[in-house]
Amino acid sequence: MEFLDFLQALFVTPFVMMWQNPEFLLEVVIGGLLTGVMYSLVALGFVLIYKASGVFNFAQGTMVLFAALTFVGLLEHGVPVWAAFILTALVMILLAFIIERLVLRPLVNQEPIILFMATIGLSYLLDGFGEIAWGGDVHALDIGIPKEPLVFGGVLVNEFDLCAAAICGVLVAALAVFFQKTSIGRALRAVADDHQAAQSVGIPLKTIWIIVWSVAGIVGLVAGILWGSNLGVQFSLSLVALKALPVLILGGLTSVPGAIVGGLIVGSGEKVAEVFWGPATGGAIEDWFAYALALVFLLFRPQGLFGERIIERV
Amino acid sequence: MLYRETGQFKTSYIADQAIFPIRQDRYLAAALLVVAYVAVPILGTEYWLLTIMIPFLVFALAAIGLNILTGYAGQVSLGTGGFMAVGAFATYKITTSFPGLNIVVVFVLAGIITALVGVMFGWPSLRIKGFYLAVATLASQFFLIWMFNKFPWFNNYTASGVISAPPRAVFGHFFVTGAEANPVDKYLFVLTTVVAMAFIAKNLVRGRVGRSWMAIRDMDIAAEIIGIQPLQTKLLAFAISSFYCGISGAMWAFIYTGGVEALAFDIDRSFQILFMIIIGGLGSILGSFLGAAFIVLVPIFLEYTPMSLGLNIPVNYISNMQSMIFGALIVFFLIVEPRGLARLWQTGKEKLRMWPFPY
Amino acid sequence: MKLQKLCCVVLGVAAFGFGMAAENAMAQNEQFIPRLVYRTGPYAPNGIPFADGYADYLDMINARDGGVGGVKITYEECETNYNNDKGVECYERLKNHAPTGATVVDPLSTGITYALIERATADKIPIVSMGYGRADASYGAVFPYVFTYPTTYWDGADTIITYIAKQEGGVDKLKGKKIALVYHDSAYGKEPIPTLDKLSAADGFTFLKFPVSPPGIDQKATWLQIRQQRPDYVLMWGWGVMNSTAIKEAAAVGYPMNHFIGVWWSGAEPDVVPAGDSAKGYKAAQLSGVGRNYPVINDILKYVYGSGKTGHTTADKVGEVLYDRGVMNAMMDLEALRIAQTRYGKKPLTGEQMRWGLEHLDLTPQRIAAMGGTGLLQTMKITCADHEGGGSVRITQWDGKAFHPVSDWIKPHQDMIRDMYKESALAYAKEKNITPRDCSQISEAR
Repeated sequence: MEFLDFLQALFVTPFVMMWQNPEFLLEVVIGGLLTGVMYSLVALGFVLIYKASGVFNFAQGTMVLFAALTFVGLLEHGVPVWAAFILTALVMILLAFIIERLVLRPLVNQEPIILFMATIGLSYLLDGFGEIAWGGDVHALDIGIPKEPLVFGGVLVNEFDLCAAAICGVLVAALAVFFQKTSIGRALRAVADDHQAAQSVGIPLKTIWIIVWSVAGIVGLVAGILWGSNLGVQFSLSLVALKALPVLILGGLTSVPGAIVGGLIVGSGEKVAEVFWGPATGGAIEDWFAYALALVFLLFRPQGLFGERIIERV
Repeated sequence: MLYRETGQFKTSYIADQAIFPIRQDRYLAAALLVVAYVAVPILGTEYWLLTIMIPFLVFALAAIGLNILTGYAGQVSLGTGGFMAVGAFATYKITTSFPGLNIVVVFVLAGIITALVGVMFGWPSLRIKGFYLAVATLASQFFLIWMFNKFPWFNNYTASGVISAPPRAVFGHFFVTGAEANPVDKYLFVLTTVVAMAFIAKNLVRGRVGRSWMAIRDMDIAAEIIGIQPLQTKLLAFAISSFYCGISGAMWAFIYTGGVEALAFDIDRSFQILFMIIIGGLGSILGSFLGAAFIVLVPIFLEYTPMSLGLNIPVNYISNMQSMIFGALIVFFLIVEPRGLARLWQTGKEKLRMWPFPY
Repeated sequence: MKLQKLCCVVLGVAAFGFGMAAENAMAQNEQFIPRLVYRTGPYAPNGIPFADGYADYLDMINARDGGVGGVKITYEECETNYNNDKGVECYERLKNHAPTGATVVDPLSTGITYALIERATADKIPIVSMGYGRADASYGAVFPYVFTYPTTYWDGADTIITYIAKQEGGVDKLKGKKIALVYHDSAYGKEPIPTLDKLSAADGFTFLKFPVSPPGIDQKATWLQIRQQRPDYVLMWGWGVMNSTAIKEAAAVGYPMNHFIGVWWSGAEPDVVPAGDSAKGYKAAQLSGVGRNYPVINDILKYVYGSGKTGHTTADKVGEVLYDRGVMNAMMDLEALRIAQTRYGKKPLTGEQMRWGLEHLDLTPQRIAAMGGTGLLQTMKITCADHEGGGSVRITQWDGKAFHPVSDWIKPHQDMIRDMYKESALAYAKEKNITPRDCSQISEAR
């Protein structure tokens, strides 16, 4: 009987629940989409770096944390919000310089897994440095983004999530304009396509890498501010990177629209699964469900939804 | 001068195919074994045996397992922690259901169960490659940990979900798990297991199976064309790798910590083992040992040095400095020798051949 | 690799070996306490004030009284990063650090406690797992070397339900109500579930469970479900970032904060500060007093922070919830040491002797007043079979600036809970082939 109960809970009850409470379903889906946007923000940093330098930046989560810590640290010293943002962006650009000089340049032409490992070392370094510089406490972060719950016809949406989605939209639009319309953006796309060809037409690889890591750092800063407003700026902030990984593989490691679409799919998918299928399986299935969802997509498109097809030559 | 192989002639194929063809290497390996079996138990304090040697050996075993999968067969996997958890929980269920069964048999059975689980989660590797596969294996990692956390059957319905090792003995009265276990007994048991399994792994990777893995790693389409079956080869890699990781997890839970909850095998553990094989050297059994030693010893070294130098630095500074130095060391080693400590060792041996001449 | 570099590495390893082998020269007439702390990592915000409180109290006792019975207390902190392996390594390294060995170990982590119970019992070093760890270790007959004073999770769950019943106007009013538990999906978070199951069967309320997968940075699904199912009260067994996220999400879905009650590890400043104003009204069960209005805290401010001296933290952080908890932990540990000295003499004691002192801990109101902790500590008495002692809990509420008590000390249903401890402990004993001690045989004489 228990097995039949389980089958029923798995295949019948969720749909019955959805049918009976359509507003709740809508609420969960919208909440999931908005959370997904937050994941995409973090995933964007990964995509930018992978596209231009071929490195899977394990340290992205730590960069988000470091940027948020610097921002909050400056705020607590009385610096106004806009100045703190600009100063932190400058710090991230300086960090990009240092990374390029000390880590990327000596390791040029190494295999991807070596570069991946170097970013792991980098994340340990940044973790330790961030905690020495700013301490291990929790910092509250409130830059005035409204957080009231709004109710539209029985469906709850939080103002904060809407603002975050708007900020993300603006950021993606800015990045799109940057990549399509400016010459630096064109150079970045050239480098992402083929390093050697880009070098042969005279694009300075090192400068491009610095620019890309800086942009990723600033994207990380925005992500850090938004996530930090949600959780408080503390060490666990770097764990948001783990939430962004399924987004990356679903959307494709090399695609900015993929990061957005992937984020939306993963966010809404995992929330719906947790709410409607969670009770059948004991709950807390969000984590692995996101990965399982990405895995299912990968089986049909092994490079992610929008990723570049890898053409293997023998 | 010391390391020349002049004068050493092989007169049979078997001698030519030895793991250590050069006599000096054989002496070194024998010396290491003597030190490990005799000197360490006699001279080592309980602290050394229990908190340094045993975790080093257990991690080395897991690193060998992951090296087989990632270093030799080229399938990047981040699910090592999950497989270790399978080994630990399988051992627990088997030994609590059949208390009379010898612990060695229980470990082997748990390893086989882990191998089957590994094969199941290895199927996607036939379609997905590279970093995508790595993140896909994270699905198995999170799922397995969730499963062990969620279903109380796995931990025999304890309130807390922590499984703790019942006392078990080998050869009648040498306890290796539980409170009565002698540190020396535990250490020798783990050492023997790891040496035996490393030996088996070394022979596997030198033989036909290992060569087929390396062919898949280097150019899988070309390998398929010359007749190596990707399905069997990749799944065999997953199976054997999971076998090793399962036994490693079982020893971790039963012999090292004595009691473990599912979260002890979470994603940090997987990353830790991956770091070990990358630092130690992908595609090298010696590298697994070196990498495990690096990851186990360097943090302790970094923590102990300020104290033994008499500097009174607050623990949080030490811990953060340790993190920074660890990260810097990783980057440094990668710049100096991207192919890991094992390659450094090989380079050292080559220099030793020439010594005292520079080239 | 150049020969010089090789030599450097070898020398470095040799130095390391020597360093490891050398014992720190410990002066005589000192009592050593190893301090397992986490001042870095994801749980640092909670670990730092606790460690500071404990260390400051030890410093104060050394400065004010010259130690306990004339024996100075020395301690060494070891960073565990809330990691079980590091906790075990710290314990093994520090347990023989003095002529009499480690006096007592406070692992400050449920995971590390589980990992250390067997080792410490074999090494004869008592473990004090204050308000965490194995709740069933309160049955001292099976766990002679583990002490869980002043209260455990099982008692905590029971007292929170008692408080809720009082708020609703009586236990009979609980019938038909919905009480939810948002918990960290780990050993720690699952601890209160058996107790709450039993109480829900007895009192007639519906018990809803909402697990949150660690580390809990994303709880939208959980709180949307809570909004849908509208439980009357929500209890939280969270840890670290899960707490601040939960409070934020609760505010985001508009759940009334004064019906949201967290356990003591979910009720400190680092948990409520990130949520800002929306956390006002959040309640938490505490196992010690809160604030700085105690003679012992004033003594700490005087002897450790007064006129140019520096403590482990800044004077304004003295009196925070976790700081007070650390002070309380230290007070009870040193009181046990004092009691052990009455039997074994005023000299450095071994772990075994300290265990006797712990098992005879008896905090009467007069004794608490003499220690300067009235209101901070609760009365309790440890015996052979009962290593928990008091079991009482106090509900406090956050008003935006500090936690204030909103209830008196609430006693749990000790008979029911004690039976549960005994049952669980005996099952453990059976699995591990341990013979429980016969407590009626053990002499209670001082």
